[in-house]
Amino acid sequence: MVSGKGGTGKTTAAAALALALASGGRRTLLVEVEGRQGIAQVFDTAPLPYEERRIAVAPGGGEVRALAVDVEAALLEYFEMFYRLGMAGRTLRRMGAIEFATTLAPGLRDVLLTGKVKECVSRTEKGRPVYDAVVLDAPPTGRLVTFLDVTKAMSELARTGPIHNQAEGVVGLLHSPRTAVHLVTLLEDLPVTETLETVRELAGADLRVGAVIVNRVREQWLPDRSVAPAANGRVDASRVRAGLASAGLDLPPDVIDGLVAETVEHAVRVASDSAAAARLEAGTRDVARLELPQLLGGVDLGALYELAETLIAQGVGTTVGASA
Amino acid sequence: MSPAKPRALDVDAVIDDPATKIIVCCGSGGVGKTTTSAALALRAAERGRKVVVLTIDPAKRLAQALGLDALSNEPGSVPGLAGDGELEAMMLDMRRTFDDMVHAHSSPDRASTIIANPFYQTISSSFSGTQEYMAMEKLGQLTARGRWDLVVVDTPPSRSALDFLDAPQRMSNFLDGRMIRLLSSPARAGGKGLRKIVGAGFQLFARAVSTILGGQLLADASAFVQAFDTMFGGFRERATKTYDLLRSPGTAFVVVAAPEPDALREAAYFVDRLSGEDMPLAGLVLNRTHPVLAPLSAAKARHAAENAGSSRLAAAVLRLHADRVDLADREERLLSRFVGAHPDVPVARVPAVAGDIADLDGLREVGERLANGGESTPTVPAKVHHL
Repeated sequence: MVSGKGGTGKTTAAAALALALASGGRRTLLVEVEGRQGIAQVFDTAPLPYEERRIAVAPGGGEVRALAVDVEAALLEYFEMFYRLGMAGRTLRRMGAIEFATTLAPGLRDVLLTGKVKECVSRTEKGRPVYDAVVLDAPPTGRLVTFLDVTKAMSELARTGPIHNQAEGVVGLLHSPRTAVHLVTLLEDLPVTETLETVRELAGADLRVGAVIVNRVREQWLPDRSVAPAANGRVDASRVRAGLASAGLDLPPDVIDGLVAETVEHAVRVASDSAAAARLEAGTRDVARLELPQLLGGVDLGALYELAETLIAQGVGTTVGASA
Repeated sequence: MSPAKPRALDVDAVIDDPATKIIVCCGSGGVGKTTTSAALALRAAERGRKVVVLTIDPAKRLAQALGLDALSNEPGSVPGLAGDGELEAMMLDMRRTFDDMVHAHSSPDRASTIIANPFYQTISSSFSGTQEYMAMEKLGQLTARGRWDLVVVDTPPSRSALDFLDAPQRMSNFLDGRMIRLLSSPARAGGKGLRKIVGAGFQLFARAVSTILGGQLLADASAFVQAFDTMFGGFRERATKTYDLLRSPGTAFVVVAAPEPDALREAAYFVDRLSGEDMPLAGLVLNRTHPVLAPLSAAKARHAAENAGSSRLAAAVLRLHADRVDLADREERLLSRFVGAHPDVPVARVPAVAGDIADLDGLREVGERLANGGESTPTVPAKVHHL
């Protein structure tokens, strides 16, 4: 499970993770459940249908398949298994009846989605699991614990019936060592606060936190000892000028001023990143950490592979077992 | 092809115009809508207007800076204002706003029946769209009071900027009860025509739904709709009124985006939608940009950094500058793609303020940058971009 505060880049992180876990000849499934076609955008392909299909070849062989779960289609599929709806299904959907049913009981929606994930995780072919890992681009942290609390969702629904029976299996899987919840964050105030809160909530709900993935980690160019003074506006412009001159750059004073102003902003940002990192560290000492660098050119398909390689270099795919 | 140049958004002209009665800040989540709303409101007030700002989920320090009280659900005066305008601020409590609405539209007895219904509790706290509906409801209330001459509204942090326009309609459709009646007594409701279309399939579906959802849930929902029915006309009428307000010439929409592909894509959808609905767009705020402050190309800076030898400081300065040039190039590229498709939309670039906004001075700085943001790359003329 990959979650995070909105805007932290959880879909990109989930995609990089699915690629990294597929490297060396394995097969992973990347799943999205919020109907916004985030995977298609990250992989720069046409919108995905509601079916599993290959979306990328992993570094060193292996493949990533992707699935965009359509919750209304999933519910209809479900009804089809137990009741013959025939053509009525489509009409009902058009009338908004399906949306209505899932709105009436938001838990139903979540149970259907986690149920679909479980089905993918447990599917086998010739006695072997089809997927070495299933990576879910889960709802953002604000909704995460409700989403994963299948037991609570079921208590709001009928006590018997087909969905109820399946739900017990889902609860078992989510609370087993086979499931890990990874949280994506940025080194900024609100995302760190939300990550720390979610780590506590997950522990309270008996769900296992995998790693905190720090995304868009920015380069620190200034030497450590220069950061604090520079952040307070103290940059020795004459030393900068002399240094630049020795490197063969003779620049007019206003350009030097511009460079100094940029340096001060850089230092303020480095200082605030470090403060956020320290707060994150203090609140998640026993949680593994992964880092993804900020990519100045943006994230295109090539950059996604780059991110996957950094994850592999940090041990992903060697230490993480086959899990959701 | 030379990159498309945007028209300049003159923020001060918008907030100073006495004809501007409402400013709506919208955009996808995480782009800085709340800060932008607060900064616009503060600037307008300090330039002499009587302003109220409705914020949604402000960061803790921003809330403190505005003297916001989470518990009141009513505007309170913001201390420390300069000039002779007025500024009040509030944060939206969606549950309270919904409760107040129920009380305002029904007898005390009926109101308490509705509020005690478990189904109402789900709707008023976790239905996706309730926050949007309540933000618009509150906007309608604030405007109707006539106490302020400018209302600035922040919109809920949804994934899509369009949600707050669509949510009230979605919620109206949901609450008007046809589906609930169909499901709780499919044999009677819906009319012959509808039954004919879906026929026996619907009976099966209704049975399936009640098997899964359970009888209690449907019973609660049904009781809720019955109690709600008489009030509903009032609700729908209000939603329509607010929608009309948004289309009136006194409203200015400010679309906020970060210089990221997703946020700009959402901004583009939103701009198209506003023009389709004849809603008045003031312009786009491109928030948290990183303009280059020294005209020196990235390649030249990196090359010199290799030769800076013993001067670690100079090498660091050159490398951080080169990164900044790359970032600024990317931001301008993303913006010019937007401008190419929407050449008539005025744009203000707001350079990122390093660090959090913790007080009114921080907000004033953002306001200043908003006001100057219509000029392209503030300190460096484009023609000397590369030395």
